[in-house]
Amino acid sequence: MKFVDEFRDPELITRTAAEIRRLADPQRLYRLMEVCGGHTHAIYRFGLKDLLPENIELVHGPGCPVCVLPMGRIDDGLAIASDPNVIFTAFGDMMRVPGAHGSPLQHKARGVDIRIVYSPADALKMAQANPSRHVMFFAIGFETTAPSTALTLMRARALGLRNFSIFSNHVTIIPAMRAILDSPDMRIDAFIGPGHVSTVIGCRPYEWIAANEHKPVVVSGFEPLDILQSIVMILRQLNEGCAEVENQYRRVVPWEGNRAALKAIDEVFKLRSYFEWRGMGFISQSALAVRESYAEWDAEQIFPTSGLRVTDPKAAQCGEVLKGVLKPSQCKLFGKECTPEMPVGALMVSSEGACAACYTYERRRHYLVSAGA
Amino acid sequence: MCLAIPGKIVELSAGPEPWAIVDVVGLRRRVDISLVAEEGAGPGDWVLVHVGFAMSKISETAAIEQMQMLEMLGEAASALEEVQGYGRTEHQTDTHQADIHQADAWPAGPPDS
Repeated sequence: MKFVDEFRDPELITRTAAEIRRLADPQRLYRLMEVCGGHTHAIYRFGLKDLLPENIELVHGPGCPVCVLPMGRIDDGLAIASDPNVIFTAFGDMMRVPGAHGSPLQHKARGVDIRIVYSPADALKMAQANPSRHVMFFAIGFETTAPSTALTLMRARALGLRNFSIFSNHVTIIPAMRAILDSPDMRIDAFIGPGHVSTVIGCRPYEWIAANEHKPVVVSGFEPLDILQSIVMILRQLNEGCAEVENQYRRVVPWEGNRAALKAIDEVFKLRSYFEWRGMGFISQSALAVRESYAEWDAEQIFPTSGLRVTDPKAAQCGEVLKGVLKPSQCKLFGKECTPEMPVGALMVSSEGACAACYTYERRRHYLVSAGA
Repeated sequence: MCLAIPGKIVELSAGPEPWAIVDVVGLRRRVDISLVAEEGAGPGDWVLVHVGFAMSKISETAAIEQMQMLEMLGEAASALEEVQGYGRTEHQTDTHQADIHQADAWPAGPPDS
Protein backbone atom coordinates (compact mmCIF):
# COMPACT_ATOMS: atom_id res chain seq x y z
CA MET A 1 0.00 0.00 0.00
CA LYS A 2 3.11 2.11 0.06
CA PHE A 3 2.48 3.99 -3.15
CA VAL A 4 -1.20 4.82 -2.70
CA ASP A 5 -0.58 8.29 -1.27
CA GLU A 6 1.18 9.31 -4.48
CA PHE A 7 -1.89 8.66 -6.64
CA ARG A 8 -4.51 11.18 -7.51
CA ASP A 9 -7.54 10.61 -5.28
CA PRO A 10 -5.95 8.05 -2.95
CA GLU A 11 -9.20 7.62 -1.08
CA LEU A 12 -11.00 6.46 -4.21
CA ILE A 13 -8.12 4.07 -4.93
CA THR A 14 -8.41 2.61 -1.44
CA ARG A 15 -12.17 2.24 -1.81
CA THR A 16 -11.81 0.58 -5.22
CA ALA A 17 -9.19 -1.81 -3.87
CA ALA A 18 -11.55 -2.67 -1.00
CA GLU A 19 -14.31 -3.33 -3.51
CA ILE A 20 -12.00 -5.70 -5.38
CA ARG A 21 -11.29 -7.61 -2.16
CA ARG A 22 -14.99 -7.75 -1.43
CA LEU A 23 -15.83 -9.07 -4.91
CA ALA A 24 -13.04 -11.65 -5.13
CA ASP A 25 -14.34 -15.04 -4.12
CA PRO A 26 -11.62 -16.57 -1.90
CA GLN A 27 -12.49 -20.03 -3.24
CA ARG A 28 -11.56 -18.99 -6.73
CA LEU A 29 -8.41 -18.10 -8.66
CA TYR A 30 -8.79 -15.23 -11.11
CA ARG A 31 -6.32 -15.00 -13.96
CA LEU A 32 -6.69 -11.68 -15.78
CA MET A 33 -4.52 -10.83 -18.74
CA GLU A 34 -3.57 -7.24 -19.42
CA VAL A 35 -3.02 -7.36 -23.14
CA CYS A 36 -1.20 -4.05 -23.55
CA GLY A 37 2.41 -3.43 -22.61
CA GLY A 38 1.47 0.05 -21.41
CA HIS A 39 -0.73 -1.60 -18.78
CA THR A 40 2.07 -3.99 -17.81
CA HIS A 41 4.34 -1.00 -17.27
CA ALA A 42 1.71 0.81 -15.18
CA ILE A 43 0.96 -2.28 -13.07
CA TYR A 44 4.62 -2.69 -12.11
CA ARG A 45 5.32 1.02 -11.80
CA PHE A 46 2.44 1.57 -9.40
CA GLY A 47 2.85 -1.72 -7.57
CA LEU A 48 -0.81 -2.51 -8.20
CA LYS A 49 -0.34 -6.18 -7.37
CA ASP A 50 0.07 -5.13 -3.72
CA LEU A 51 -3.46 -3.78 -3.76
CA LEU A 52 -4.97 -7.02 -5.04
CA PRO A 53 -5.84 -10.15 -3.10
CA GLU A 54 -3.55 -13.10 -3.78
CA ASN A 55 -6.10 -15.02 -5.77
CA ILE A 56 -6.15 -12.34 -8.49
CA GLU A 57 -3.27 -12.98 -10.81
CA LEU A 58 -2.33 -10.50 -13.53
CA VAL A 59 -0.87 -12.25 -16.56
CA HIS A 60 1.17 -10.06 -18.89
CA GLY A 61 0.03 -10.18 -22.48
CA PRO A 62 1.70 -9.85 -25.88
CA GLY A 63 0.93 -6.15 -26.44
CA CYS A 64 4.48 -4.84 -26.70
CA PRO A 65 5.41 -4.46 -30.37
CA VAL A 66 9.18 -4.78 -30.03
CA CYS A 67 8.80 -7.75 -27.69
CA VAL A 68 6.83 -9.90 -30.10
CA LEU A 69 8.97 -9.14 -33.15
CA PRO A 70 10.91 -12.28 -34.09
CA MET A 71 14.64 -11.97 -34.49
CA GLY A 72 14.56 -12.97 -38.15
CA ARG A 73 12.64 -9.82 -39.04
CA ILE A 74 15.24 -7.61 -37.39
CA ASP A 75 17.97 -9.45 -39.26
CA ASP A 76 16.11 -9.02 -42.56
CA GLY A 77 15.72 -5.30 -41.89
CA LEU A 78 19.38 -4.95 -41.00
CA ALA A 79 20.39 -6.90 -44.11
CA ILE A 80 18.64 -4.25 -46.19
CA ALA A 81 20.41 -1.57 -44.16
CA SER A 82 23.78 -3.03 -45.15
CA ASP A 83 23.23 -1.65 -48.67
CA PRO A 84 25.30 1.56 -48.52
CA ASN A 85 22.66 3.43 -50.48
CA VAL A 86 20.04 2.72 -47.84
CA ILE A 87 19.23 4.85 -44.80
CA PHE A 88 17.53 2.62 -42.22
CA THR A 89 15.08 4.52 -40.01
CA ALA A 90 13.17 3.26 -36.98
CA PHE A 91 11.68 4.39 -33.71
CA GLY A 92 14.09 4.63 -30.78
CA ASP A 93 12.47 1.55 -29.16
CA MET A 94 13.88 -0.64 -31.89
CA MET A 95 17.49 0.42 -31.49
CA ARG A 96 18.55 -1.95 -28.75
CA VAL A 97 16.49 -4.96 -29.80
CA PRO A 98 18.98 -7.75 -30.42
CA GLY A 99 19.18 -9.43 -33.80
CA ALA A 100 21.27 -12.54 -34.44
CA HIS A 101 24.27 -10.33 -35.30
CA GLY A 102 23.58 -7.46 -32.95
CA SER A 103 21.03 -4.72 -32.50
CA PRO A 104 20.40 -1.80 -34.86
CA LEU A 105 22.44 0.33 -32.45
CA GLN A 106 25.41 -2.05 -32.70
CA HIS A 107 25.11 -2.00 -36.49
CA LYS A 108 25.11 1.80 -36.36
CA ALA A 109 28.32 1.66 -34.36
CA ARG A 110 29.79 -0.48 -37.15
CA GLY A 111 29.05 2.32 -39.61
CA VAL A 112 25.70 1.28 -41.01
CA ASP A 113 23.50 4.33 -41.70
CA ILE A 114 20.80 3.83 -39.08
CA ARG A 115 18.81 6.76 -37.77
CA ILE A 116 16.11 7.25 -35.17
CA VAL A 117 12.90 8.97 -36.20
CA TYR A 118 9.99 9.85 -33.96
CA SER A 119 7.41 9.76 -36.71
CA PRO A 120 7.18 7.88 -40.03
CA ALA A 121 6.40 11.28 -41.57
CA ASP A 122 9.96 12.33 -40.71
CA ALA A 123 11.39 9.29 -42.50
CA LEU A 124 9.49 10.47 -45.55
CA LYS A 125 10.92 13.97 -45.20
CA MET A 126 14.36 12.44 -44.94
CA ALA A 127 13.76 10.73 -48.30
CA GLN A 128 12.79 14.06 -49.83
CA ALA A 129 15.95 15.66 -48.44
CA ASN A 130 18.19 12.81 -49.67
CA PRO A 131 17.05 12.11 -53.23
CA SER A 132 20.15 10.07 -54.07
CA ARG A 133 19.64 7.68 -51.16
CA HIS A 134 16.87 5.19 -50.37
CA VAL A 135 15.16 5.74 -47.01
CA MET A 136 13.56 2.67 -45.50
CA PHE A 137 11.30 2.94 -42.46
CA PHE A 138 11.29 -0.19 -40.29
CA ALA A 139 7.66 -0.10 -39.22
CA ILE A 140 6.49 -1.73 -36.03
CA GLY A 141 3.40 -1.46 -33.90
CA PHE A 142 -0.16 -2.55 -33.41
CA GLU A 143 -3.25 -0.83 -34.78
CA THR A 144 -2.30 2.29 -32.82
CA THR A 145 0.70 2.92 -35.06
CA ALA A 146 -0.33 1.30 -38.36
CA PRO A 147 -2.55 4.23 -39.48
CA SER A 148 0.41 6.63 -39.25
CA THR A 149 2.53 4.36 -41.43
CA ALA A 150 -0.38 3.96 -43.85
CA LEU A 151 -0.91 7.72 -44.18
CA THR A 152 2.81 8.20 -44.74
CA LEU A 153 2.81 5.66 -47.56
CA MET A 154 -0.26 7.30 -49.10
CA ARG A 155 1.63 10.58 -49.02
CA ALA A 156 4.72 9.00 -50.59
CA ARG A 157 2.57 7.77 -53.45
CA ALA A 158 0.82 11.13 -53.84
CA LEU A 159 4.23 12.82 -54.00
CA GLY A 160 5.54 10.22 -56.45
CA LEU A 161 8.49 9.72 -54.11
CA ARG A 162 10.49 6.73 -55.34
CA ASN A 163 13.33 6.57 -52.84
CA PHE A 164 11.18 5.68 -49.84
CA SER A 165 9.85 2.38 -48.56
CA ILE A 166 8.59 0.70 -45.43
CA PHE A 167 9.43 -2.71 -44.03
CA SER A 168 6.15 -3.63 -42.39
CA ASN A 169 6.10 -5.52 -39.12
CA HIS A 170 2.71 -4.21 -38.14
CA VAL A 171 0.69 -6.71 -36.17
CA THR A 172 -2.93 -6.97 -35.13
CA ILE A 173 -4.06 -7.66 -31.59
CA ILE A 174 -7.19 -9.75 -32.04
CA PRO A 175 -5.53 -12.83 -33.63
CA ALA A 176 -2.95 -12.79 -30.82
CA MET A 177 -5.72 -12.84 -28.24
CA ARG A 178 -7.32 -15.72 -30.13
CA ALA A 179 -4.00 -17.59 -30.14
CA ILE A 180 -3.73 -17.12 -26.38
CA LEU A 181 -7.22 -18.48 -25.86
CA ASP A 182 -6.43 -21.44 -28.13
CA SER A 183 -3.17 -22.24 -26.41
CA PRO A 184 -3.47 -25.39 -24.29
CA ASP A 185 -1.22 -24.13 -21.50
CA MET A 186 -3.17 -20.93 -20.97
CA ARG A 187 -6.13 -20.41 -18.75
CA ILE A 188 -7.32 -16.82 -18.77
CA ASP A 189 -10.58 -15.75 -17.15
CA ALA A 190 -10.82 -12.28 -18.63
CA PHE A 191 -8.92 -9.57 -20.49
CA ILE A 192 -8.03 -6.04 -19.51
CA GLY A 193 -8.34 -4.69 -23.04
CA PRO A 194 -5.75 -2.37 -24.61
CA GLY A 195 -6.45 1.36 -24.40
CA HIS A 196 -4.81 3.05 -27.34
CA VAL A 197 -5.21 0.19 -29.81
CA SER A 198 -8.92 0.51 -29.08
CA THR A 199 -8.97 4.20 -30.02
CA VAL A 200 -8.40 2.86 -33.54
CA ILE A 201 -10.28 -0.45 -33.64
CA GLY A 202 -12.99 0.45 -31.12
CA CYS A 203 -14.62 -2.13 -28.87
CA ARG A 204 -16.58 -4.23 -31.36
CA PRO A 205 -13.68 -6.47 -32.42
CA TYR A 206 -13.61 -7.93 -28.90
CA GLU A 207 -17.23 -8.99 -29.00
CA TRP A 208 -16.45 -12.46 -30.30
CA ILE A 209 -14.30 -13.12 -27.22
CA ALA A 210 -17.23 -12.33 -24.97
CA ALA A 211 -19.79 -14.10 -27.14
CA ASN A 212 -17.90 -17.22 -28.22
CA GLU A 213 -15.25 -17.68 -25.56
CA HIS A 214 -17.34 -16.33 -22.66
CA LYS A 215 -14.51 -14.17 -21.40
CA PRO A 216 -15.15 -10.61 -20.23
CA VAL A 217 -13.11 -7.86 -21.93
CA VAL A 218 -12.85 -4.43 -20.30
CA VAL A 219 -11.03 -1.79 -22.34
CA SER A 220 -9.04 0.15 -19.77
CA GLY A 221 -7.18 3.41 -19.24
CA PHE A 222 -3.66 3.50 -17.84
CA GLU A 223 -3.99 5.21 -14.49
CA PRO A 224 -3.96 3.13 -11.31
CA LEU A 225 -7.62 3.93 -10.75
CA ASP A 226 -8.49 2.98 -14.34
CA ILE A 227 -6.89 -0.42 -14.00
CA LEU A 228 -8.46 -1.09 -10.60
CA GLN A 229 -11.88 -0.01 -11.85
CA SER A 230 -11.48 -2.33 -14.84
CA ILE A 231 -10.72 -5.19 -12.44
CA VAL A 232 -13.90 -4.37 -10.49
CA MET A 233 -15.90 -4.45 -13.74
CA ILE A 234 -14.35 -7.79 -14.66
CA LEU A 235 -14.99 -9.34 -11.24
CA ARG A 236 -18.63 -8.24 -11.33
CA GLN A 237 -19.04 -9.94 -14.69
CA LEU A 238 -17.29 -13.11 -13.58
CA ASN A 239 -19.30 -13.31 -10.37
CA GLU A 240 -22.53 -12.87 -12.28
CA GLY A 241 -21.43 -15.48 -14.79
CA CYS A 242 -21.69 -13.12 -17.73
CA ALA A 243 -19.18 -12.12 -20.39
CA GLU A 244 -19.43 -8.75 -22.09
CA VAL A 245 -17.25 -6.10 -23.64
CA GLU A 246 -17.17 -2.97 -21.51
CA ASN A 247 -15.36 0.31 -22.05
CA GLN A 248 -13.80 1.77 -18.92
CA TYR A 249 -11.70 4.23 -20.99
CA ARG A 250 -14.66 6.07 -22.50
CA ARG A 251 -12.97 9.44 -22.09
CA VAL A 252 -10.56 8.45 -24.87
CA VAL A 253 -11.91 5.32 -26.64
CA PRO A 254 -15.01 5.61 -28.84
CA TRP A 255 -16.98 2.36 -29.11
CA GLU A 256 -16.73 2.42 -32.91
CA GLY A 257 -13.03 3.30 -33.06
CA ASN A 258 -11.56 5.77 -35.53
CA ARG A 259 -13.01 5.30 -39.00
CA ALA A 260 -10.42 7.44 -40.78
CA ALA A 261 -7.63 5.38 -39.21
CA LEU A 262 -9.23 2.06 -40.15
CA LYS A 263 -9.76 3.34 -43.69
CA ALA A 264 -6.09 4.29 -44.00
CA ILE A 265 -4.99 0.85 -42.77
CA ASP A 266 -7.31 -0.83 -45.26
CA GLU A 267 -6.10 1.36 -48.13
CA VAL A 268 -2.44 0.44 -47.69
CA PHE A 269 -2.31 -2.91 -45.91
CA LYS A 270 -3.65 -6.40 -46.32
CA LEU A 271 -3.58 -9.25 -43.82
CA ARG A 272 -0.68 -11.67 -44.15
CA SER A 273 -1.80 -15.29 -44.18
CA TYR A 274 0.50 -15.85 -41.23
CA PHE A 275 3.25 -14.11 -39.27
CA GLU A 276 5.69 -15.27 -36.66
CA TRP A 277 5.36 -13.82 -33.15
CA ARG A 278 8.27 -14.16 -30.83
CA GLY A 279 7.51 -16.89 -28.33
CA MET A 280 4.09 -17.58 -29.75
CA GLY A 281 5.00 -19.10 -33.09
CA PHE A 282 3.10 -18.52 -36.31
CA ILE A 283 -0.32 -16.92 -35.94
CA SER A 284 -2.59 -16.83 -38.95
CA GLN A 285 -3.82 -13.48 -40.26
CA SER A 286 -2.06 -11.62 -37.47
CA ALA A 287 0.03 -9.07 -39.34
CA LEU A 288 -0.15 -6.47 -42.06
CA ALA A 289 1.67 -6.56 -45.39
CA VAL A 290 1.73 -3.73 -47.91
CA ARG A 291 -0.87 -4.12 -50.66
CA GLU A 292 0.13 -4.67 -54.31
CA SER A 293 -1.09 -1.18 -55.15
CA TYR A 294 1.73 0.17 -52.93
CA ALA A 295 4.33 -2.43 -53.96
CA GLU A 296 6.75 0.28 -55.14
CA TRP A 297 7.04 1.45 -51.53
CA ASP A 298 7.24 -2.02 -49.99
CA ALA A 299 10.81 -2.79 -48.86
CA GLU A 300 10.04 -6.52 -48.82
CA GLN A 301 9.32 -6.40 -52.53
CA ILE A 302 12.10 -4.00 -53.45
CA PHE A 303 14.91 -5.72 -51.58
CA PRO A 304 15.41 -9.47 -51.53
CA THR A 305 15.57 -10.74 -47.94
CA SER A 306 16.29 -14.20 -46.68
CA GLY A 307 13.13 -14.44 -44.60
CA LEU A 308 15.08 -16.86 -42.40
CA ARG A 309 13.61 -17.92 -39.11
CA VAL A 310 16.12 -17.29 -36.36
CA THR A 311 15.66 -19.07 -33.07
CA ASP A 312 15.97 -17.15 -29.84
CA PRO A 313 18.96 -17.74 -27.57
CA LYS A 314 18.33 -21.14 -26.05
CA ALA A 315 18.55 -20.19 -22.40
CA ALA A 316 16.16 -17.24 -22.74
CA GLN A 317 12.54 -18.11 -21.97
CA CYS A 318 10.93 -15.09 -23.62
CA GLY A 319 8.24 -17.26 -25.17
CA GLU A 320 7.02 -18.66 -21.88
CA VAL A 321 7.05 -15.20 -20.30
CA LEU A 322 5.21 -13.69 -23.29
CA LYS A 323 2.48 -16.29 -22.99
CA GLY A 324 2.25 -15.73 -19.26
CA VAL A 325 3.34 -19.31 -18.48
CA LEU A 326 6.40 -18.04 -16.59
CA LYS A 327 6.75 -14.86 -14.58
CA PRO A 328 9.66 -12.68 -15.73
CA SER A 329 11.72 -13.43 -12.62
CA GLN A 330 11.33 -17.18 -13.24
CA CYS A 331 13.41 -16.99 -16.43
CA LYS A 332 16.91 -18.38 -15.90
CA LEU A 333 18.58 -15.31 -17.40
CA PHE A 334 16.45 -12.68 -15.63
CA GLY A 335 18.60 -10.05 -13.95
CA LYS A 336 21.76 -12.07 -14.62
CA GLU A 337 22.77 -12.38 -18.27
CA CYS A 338 19.69 -10.39 -19.32
CA THR A 339 19.21 -6.85 -17.99
CA PRO A 340 17.82 -3.63 -19.52
CA GLU A 341 21.43 -2.48 -20.09
CA MET A 342 22.42 -5.70 -21.91
CA PRO A 343 19.18 -7.32 -23.05
CA VAL A 344 19.24 -10.87 -24.40
CA GLY A 345 15.52 -10.95 -25.11
CA ALA A 346 13.29 -8.18 -26.39
CA LEU A 347 11.10 -8.24 -23.28
CA MET A 348 13.99 -6.64 -21.45
CA VAL A 349 14.35 -3.79 -23.97
CA SER A 350 11.15 -1.80 -23.97
CA SER A 351 9.69 -0.18 -20.86
CA GLU A 352 6.49 -1.94 -21.89
CA GLY A 353 8.18 -5.34 -21.86
CA ALA A 354 7.20 -7.44 -18.86
CA CYS A 355 10.83 -8.23 -17.99
CA ALA A 356 12.08 -4.64 -18.12
CA ALA A 357 9.10 -3.45 -16.05
CA CYS A 358 9.59 -6.23 -13.53
CA TYR A 359 13.35 -5.60 -13.35
CA THR A 360 13.02 -1.85 -12.95
CA TYR A 361 10.29 -1.76 -10.33
CA GLU A 362 10.12 -5.11 -8.53
CA ARG A 363 13.83 -5.27 -7.84
CA ARG A 364 13.84 -1.73 -6.53
CA ARG A 365 10.91 -2.55 -4.29
CA HIS A 366 12.60 -5.66 -2.99
CA TYR A 367 15.64 -3.55 -2.23
CA LEU A 368 13.52 -0.95 -0.42
CA VAL A 369 11.73 -3.65 1.56
CA SER A 370 14.92 -5.42 2.52
CA ALA A 371 16.50 -2.09 3.46
CA GLY A 372 13.52 -1.42 5.72
CA ALA A 373 12.47 1.65 3.75
CA MET B 1 6.08 2.66 -27.82
CA CYS B 2 2.38 3.28 -27.46
CA LEU B 3 2.91 6.69 -25.90
CA ALA B 4 -0.10 8.89 -26.42
CA ILE B 5 0.84 12.47 -25.74
CA PRO B 6 -1.76 15.15 -25.09
CA GLY B 7 -1.39 18.45 -26.93
CA LYS B 8 -3.46 21.51 -27.75
CA ILE B 9 -4.03 22.60 -31.32
CA VAL B 10 -2.89 26.21 -31.66
CA GLU B 11 -2.97 26.70 -35.41
CA LEU B 12 -4.28 24.85 -38.43
CA SER B 13 -2.31 24.67 -41.66
CA ALA B 14 -3.24 27.44 -44.04
CA GLY B 15 -3.10 25.16 -47.05
CA PRO B 16 -4.97 21.99 -47.89
CA GLU B 17 -2.52 19.74 -46.03
CA PRO B 18 -4.05 18.18 -42.94
CA TRP B 19 -1.61 19.35 -40.29
CA ALA B 20 -1.70 21.62 -37.31
CA ILE B 21 0.71 23.20 -34.87
CA VAL B 22 0.18 21.41 -31.58
CA ASP B 23 1.46 22.66 -28.24
CA VAL B 24 2.73 20.08 -25.76
CA VAL B 25 3.71 21.88 -22.54
CA GLY B 26 5.29 24.70 -24.49
CA LEU B 27 6.87 22.62 -27.25
CA ARG B 28 5.22 23.42 -30.57
CA ARG B 29 5.41 20.91 -33.33
CA ARG B 30 3.71 20.12 -36.61
CA VAL B 31 1.30 17.21 -36.18
CA ASP B 32 -0.75 15.41 -38.81
CA ILE B 33 -4.46 15.75 -38.02
CA SER B 34 -5.96 13.62 -40.85
CA LEU B 35 -7.26 11.08 -38.36
CA VAL B 36 -9.24 13.61 -36.31
CA ALA B 37 -10.51 15.69 -39.25
CA GLU B 38 -13.91 13.95 -39.10
CA GLU B 39 -14.22 15.01 -35.47
CA GLY B 40 -13.69 18.58 -36.59
CA ALA B 41 -10.58 19.28 -34.54
CA GLY B 42 -9.58 22.93 -34.55
CA PRO B 43 -7.61 25.54 -32.59
CA GLY B 44 -8.18 25.21 -28.85
CA ASP B 45 -9.02 21.50 -29.08
CA TRP B 46 -6.95 18.90 -27.25
CA VAL B 47 -5.76 15.80 -29.04
CA LEU B 48 -3.77 12.69 -28.18
CA VAL B 49 -0.69 12.51 -30.37
CA HIS B 50 1.12 9.29 -31.30
CA VAL B 51 4.23 9.24 -33.53
CA GLY B 52 3.42 12.63 -34.99
CA PHE B 53 -0.25 11.95 -35.74
CA ALA B 54 -3.26 13.10 -33.71
CA MET B 55 -5.22 9.94 -32.85
CA SER B 56 -8.25 11.29 -31.02
CA LYS B 57 -9.85 14.43 -29.74
CA ILE B 58 -10.13 14.54 -25.96
CA SER B 59 -11.37 16.93 -23.29
CA GLU B 60 -9.02 19.32 -21.51
CA THR B 61 -9.51 17.41 -18.27
CA ALA B 62 -8.62 14.11 -19.94
CA ALA B 63 -5.57 15.80 -21.49
CA ILE B 64 -4.29 17.04 -18.15
CA GLU B 65 -4.93 13.67 -16.54
CA GLN B 66 -3.02 12.02 -19.36
CA MET B 67 -0.05 14.35 -18.82
CA GLN B 68 0.00 13.59 -15.13
CA MET B 69 -0.27 9.90 -15.86
CA LEU B 70 2.77 10.07 -18.16
CA GLU B 71 4.63 11.81 -15.39
CA MET B 72 3.56 9.22 -12.83
CA LEU B 73 4.71 6.49 -15.20
CA GLY B 74 8.08 8.16 -15.54
CA GLU B 75 7.36 8.62 -19.24
CA ALA B 76 7.11 12.43 -19.29
CA ALA B 77 10.71 12.84 -20.45
CA SER B 78 10.27 10.23 -23.21
CA ALA B 79 7.08 11.95 -24.29
CA LEU B 80 8.84 15.30 -24.56
CA GLU B 81 11.78 13.68 -26.30
CA GLU B 82 9.37 12.21 -28.83
CA VAL B 83 7.62 15.53 -29.40
CA GLN B 84 10.82 17.49 -29.72
CA GLY B 85 12.00 14.85 -32.18
CA TYR B 86 9.11 15.49 -34.58
CA GLY B 87 10.38 17.12 -37.73
CA ARG B 88 13.94 16.09 -37.04
CA THR B 89 15.31 14.35 -40.08
CA GLU B 90 19.05 14.57 -39.62
CA HIS B 91 21.48 14.16 -36.78
CA GLN B 92 20.51 17.26 -34.86
CA THR B 93 20.63 15.95 -31.36
CA ASP B 94 22.20 19.09 -29.94
CA THR B 95 20.04 21.83 -31.36
CA HIS B 96 16.91 20.85 -29.46
CA GLN B 97 18.44 19.95 -26.14
CA ALA B 98 17.39 23.24 -24.55
CA ASP B 99 13.75 22.35 -25.15
CA ILE B 100 13.83 19.50 -22.68
CA HIS B 101 13.85 21.99 -19.83
CA GLN B 102 10.31 22.76 -20.83
CA ALA B 103 9.52 19.68 -18.75
CA ASP B 104 9.42 22.04 -15.78
CA ALA B 105 6.31 23.55 -17.29
CA TRP B 106 4.41 20.28 -16.78
CA PRO B 107 1.10 21.29 -15.19
CA ALA B 108 0.59 20.62 -11.52
CA GLY B 109 -3.06 19.63 -11.41
CA PRO B 110 -6.36 19.53 -13.26
CA PRO B 111 -7.87 22.98 -13.85
CA ASP B 112 -10.80 22.53 -11.52
CA SER B 113 -9.45 20.40 -8.71
